[in-house]
Amino acid sequence: MLFTSYSFIAFIIILLVLYYLVPKKWQWSLLLIASYVFYFLCDARYLIYISFTSISTWGFGMLIERQGKKQDDYLKEHKELGREEKKQYKAGIKSKKRHAMVLCLVINLGILAVLKYTNFVIHNINGAIRSFGWGSPLTFVNFVVPMGISFYTFKSMGYIIDVYRGTCKTEKNLFRYMLFVSFFPQLVQGPISRYNDLSESLFAQHAFEFKTLWFGIQRILWGFFKKLVIADRMLIAVNTLKDNPEQYGGAYVFALMMFYAFQLYADFTGGIDIAIGVSNAMGISVAENFERPYFSKNIKEYWNRWHITMGTWFTDYIFYPITVCKPMLKLSKASRKHLGEVIGKRVPVYLSAFVVWFTTGLWHGASWNFIVWGLMNFVVIMITQELKPLYVRFHNRFHVDGKRWYDGFQVIRTILLMSAIRMFDVYRDVPLTFQMMGNMVTHFHISTLFSSSMLALGLTGVDYIILLAGLVILFTFSMVQRSGSVREKLWCKPVPVQYLAAFLLLLAIILFGAYSIGYDSSQFIYNQF
Amino acid sequence: MKDMMKETEEKVNIHKKSRRRLHAAVISVLVVISILCLYLLQRLVMPKYAKGIVEGAFAAEYYKETTDHDVIFIGDCEVYENFSPITLYEEYGITSYIRGGPQQLIWHSYYQLEDTLRYEKPKVVVFNVLSLKYNEPQSESYNRMNIDGLKWSKTKYDMIQASMMEEESFVEYLFPLLRYHSRITDLKKSDFEYLFDTPHVSHNGYYMRVDVKPAADFPDPPQLVSYDFGDTAMLYLDKMTKLCKENGIELILIKAPVLYPYWYPEWDQNVKDYAEANDLKYINFIDLADEIGIDYSQDTYDAGLHLNLSGAEKLSSYFGQYLKEEYDLEDHRTDPVYQEAYAEKIEFYEAMKQQQYDELEQYGKIISFGAEAIED
Amino acid sequence: MEELLEILKELHPEVDYETCTTLIDDKILDSFDIVSIISEVNEEYDVAIPAEEIVPENFNSAQALYALIERLMDED
Repeated sequence: MLFTSYSFIAFIIILLVLYYLVPKKWQWSLLLIASYVFYFLCDARYLIYISFTSISTWGFGMLIERQGKKQDDYLKEHKELGREEKKQYKAGIKSKKRHAMVLCLVINLGILAVLKYTNFVIHNINGAIRSFGWGSPLTFVNFVVPMGISFYTFKSMGYIIDVYRGTCKTEKNLFRYMLFVSFFPQLVQGPISRYNDLSESLFAQHAFEFKTLWFGIQRILWGFFKKLVIADRMLIAVNTLKDNPEQYGGAYVFALMMFYAFQLYADFTGGIDIAIGVSNAMGISVAENFERPYFSKNIKEYWNRWHITMGTWFTDYIFYPITVCKPMLKLSKASRKHLGEVIGKRVPVYLSAFVVWFTTGLWHGASWNFIVWGLMNFVVIMITQELKPLYVRFHNRFHVDGKRWYDGFQVIRTILLMSAIRMFDVYRDVPLTFQMMGNMVTHFHISTLFSSSMLALGLTGVDYIILLAGLVILFTFSMVQRSGSVREKLWCKPVPVQYLAAFLLLLAIILFGAYSIGYDSSQFIYNQF
Repeated sequence: MKDMMKETEEKVNIHKKSRRRLHAAVISVLVVISILCLYLLQRLVMPKYAKGIVEGAFAAEYYKETTDHDVIFIGDCEVYENFSPITLYEEYGITSYIRGGPQQLIWHSYYQLEDTLRYEKPKVVVFNVLSLKYNEPQSESYNRMNIDGLKWSKTKYDMIQASMMEEESFVEYLFPLLRYHSRITDLKKSDFEYLFDTPHVSHNGYYMRVDVKPAADFPDPPQLVSYDFGDTAMLYLDKMTKLCKENGIELILIKAPVLYPYWYPEWDQNVKDYAEANDLKYINFIDLADEIGIDYSQDTYDAGLHLNLSGAEKLSSYFGQYLKEEYDLEDHRTDPVYQEAYAEKIEFYEAMKQQQYDELEQYGKIISFGAEAIED
Repeated sequence: MEELLEILKELHPEVDYETCTTLIDDKILDSFDIVSIISEVNEEYDVAIPAEEIVPENFNSAQALYALIERLMDED
């Protein structure tokens, strides 16, 4: 069920009505049922996978919890134990806990890996078979890949690691845990919530409040506006350009780069707006996933503001554990001794960052495109990191830091840089991407962008006007948002103003959204018999 | 002192209450205005079918009728381009209406009939059997042209459910604005002109064309794997037969005398068998073309696919005679109510005929009708 | 404490670590800084800060960080 389908809208309306009608203590149970119904409507087979992941992580969580309790009881009973003995006992328990956690990770990440990456591995093996003439290629497997599996697996793995670390309370009720994993607004594309952040408001009882509902609806509408009016319209041009690379080189590559930058932004943040809006409408607060990423002044800042919950997940559960694990610290010491302070200090950071960006790429999709994309991010981040002293000197020398025009320059530079890297997940393969990026530079004619050929990409002049207007609205919105929630600001305005704002948004979605059959119905009446 | 505090408290409460009431009132007014606004936008973007492809206007036009009909035609272009109710009236006093539509599939036809029975009970229903060859929904745009114009009822709901293509959704029939919204950037003058009322385009459902294009040779029909009609198509034929029987209506199956699409002898036999088994009349006019006097070099406007006015009048003349003899239909020409209604219809008929002849003379072709007509 | 302040100063000379208590909340320290600190601390104090201790409360101020180091040394 797509967020932008009529059935989803109907689903939400029915759910909201029920949510506020049922006794408040049943609200979370209703949500669990709704989430499973939602998933069932997408594909019944998905339910097996998500229930398995839910039950197994919940079980291992309980196991770890029980070890903790055992330790407490044992220590209480044996007060006579010495410091060393206590420590030994604790270490034993800790290792048991670790085994449980590792087993849980292996099982569930294993499922993710097998379902999502088997064909990618086969594809690469076949490549090798072909080039070395080793015999017949392997056949591809045909697994059902549950929608959102990367998201719910990461959510569950975060939970089990937190339980192991003791930074999160263990959920004792299986069904409540199942709701945490399957909470349907987050199922499709995040945000990847932490149990600690989500659980409180997810399981709380929510009385009906107009403001809550109204804020939720506004956010949903805003998401629809971004997705339907901007993203889905831009998608038409994006598809034309990326599917016909031989026809669209030079400045078209640049056009594609920019179209894709805004299409992806509008689509992804719009989807998240709908997810958060639906949650908000039920009084549930969800972690934000974006913080005006295109206002970032450098790539690191960008990654702190784009897909935030994924970034922090990788930092907390991959980057830190790798850099601070004992072997890494040993390696760090050794490399300092043998390679000198300057290089030795960098070894752990580089290694961990490499792993993080490699997995980030892989997580996004089972193809070299995403892996190269991830590694490009790694390269650029590391270069930025190394050049930092240079930047500081430059800023001090020319006193540009904090000047508005320089901020603007940095923002545009970051957008261009990120958009260029992102080209790796646009074209069908990596070599083509390099070729097209080269072509962009060598065959760039600015006049192309203002010629009538831009009207042959599937967008009319009116479409461009709508897109431009849409982006201006997005930009204005972001500017206003810098000083606080736009919905709160609107809430202080007179009722008719609030109503009008929401109605105009709705009207814009209905009239200018790129939805419905064939989207272009002006052709409609001219169908011949 | 206490009293005063209480008083102010009460005042604040009253103030709060009245403010809330004001809010509610303001919001209600705004909601009403918004709905009105959406309604107007919906009217604005819906195709008007006033010029060019006018067939989409037929479904709604029926509801403007002021008098009832003894004969109802249902079916695709083979009824609405080949029979002229005005001729039937002028020559025999038979009142009839064609509830046809472009590529009207059999379930469309069935529900058109069901819809008609909500308003009147004809004595005879004539169904053209060509659409039996289709067992599945064929095209979204023809669905729209056949369905959009219908008034809302359980019948319309059933018709939509029976007709939808995979990519269609019921919501977009309920709120056509969602389907046609993108026309907002492509509006024509006619969209404003006919915002509330579209012009009359048919003559009791008949689509008039006076131009001539002699029949040409058609490619040889391909061999079919099976000559049986589909289950769904037959199901609706059964439903249609049953509905007519229940209402005491005579159902006549016909096949219009046009040369293309090809009507296979096997199909013909199927229909014959069905008619016999169900005690229905079946007339294949293709075999009667000579008797009717149809000259395919003169009586078709698109090389044999559809008849033009002269062909349609000949066919109506022939069929009217048959109806008169077989079904003892009343001659309404002496009834002043019908006289008045039909005087107007005849006037419109003659005027359109004249307009088309004028266009032919001036431009060498008809410019107000057909796919090539330019909408303004 | 002195050694710790030196480690921190080397990363961001412009910050006043004696008073600042929002090193993480105000995004003064990023993830690279944190792992540098951990690596330096390991070198200096021979204490390994485990991943689960990398939470804002432990890194928001030099004071908190020092408390963490002392606690870990004590546990060892």
